[in-house]
Amino acid sequence: MDSPGIVIGFYMMAGLVLGSGTLVFLARNLLHALAFLVISFLGMAGLFLTLSADFIAMAQILIYAGSISVLMVFAVMLTPLASRDNGNTIYVLPGLLAAGGIATFVGFLALDTSWSGPATDFTTTIDLIGNLLLGKYVLAFEIASVLLLFALIGAIMLVQISPSDPEEGEGR
Amino acid sequence: MTGISELIFEIGLVHYLIVSGSVFGLGTAIALGKRSAIAVLMGIELMLNGSILALLAFSRFPQNTSSEAGLVDGHVFVVFILSVAAAEAAVALALSVLVYRKRETVDLDRINLMRW
Repeated sequence: MDSPGIVIGFYMMAGLVLGSGTLVFLARNLLHALAFLVISFLGMAGLFLTLSADFIAMAQILIYAGSISVLMVFAVMLTPLASRDNGNTIYVLPGLLAAGGIATFVGFLALDTSWSGPATDFTTTIDLIGNLLLGKYVLAFEIASVLLLFALIGAIMLVQISPSDPEEGEGR
Repeated sequence: MTGISELIFEIGLVHYLIVSGSVFGLGTAIALGKRSAIAVLMGIELMLNGSILALLAFSRFPQNTSSEAGLVDGHVFVVFILSVAAAEAAVALALSVLVYRKRETVDLDRINLMRW
């Protein structure tokens, strides 16, 4: 049986995530949508804390709510003449239908299956994650670091303005 | 699933999976329905967050408890998902800035040079 704090925390965080996620869809301004996305990420970090995933919650706050949202703010600010409105395409109705279908399908499957596992309480997960990252998953860890390096180099190479490029500034 | 009060007041795997599926569906709607490339990227990040929540929920409520090892494998997968999401966001936002420099828009309806 869960303590009441966990139950209240779960419902508050789930409401925060789903409510601000809906506001990402509904907001008219792109920067407002971005702010609601950050709130949604923070609520998701709270959900991770109720799952006793302390390291992942901190990484969520640092990486998603911190750096990825700052990258998106940069992208909005670096495209100043583009439209800031958060408009819909003609695919919004199929998108909403797909969203409802996915949510209903996953929810029905989760309710219909008899889950049997008891909850495992981790006191801390950091040492377990560290042991796995440098033991069983060390190859994937190294590949992920190489991937991050190449993504960084690729992003820098994509957006740099080379003075020898004759098309730059004329092909508009 | 014996009673409705137990379903409401005892937080289990079901609740997290429902939230996870809802967040994933919301991200799908945003990624399919929005016109700005940056908004589409926001939808993709929401979808990744939903799948991360499912992984962590299955790690908290393991179905196979015969082996003690591998209880935090889901957490390790989440670390990889986080790094890949960061790389993907950096490259995608660089691409949108590049497209803006050429076309002065990030409107996906107006980036139709390769449409037949």
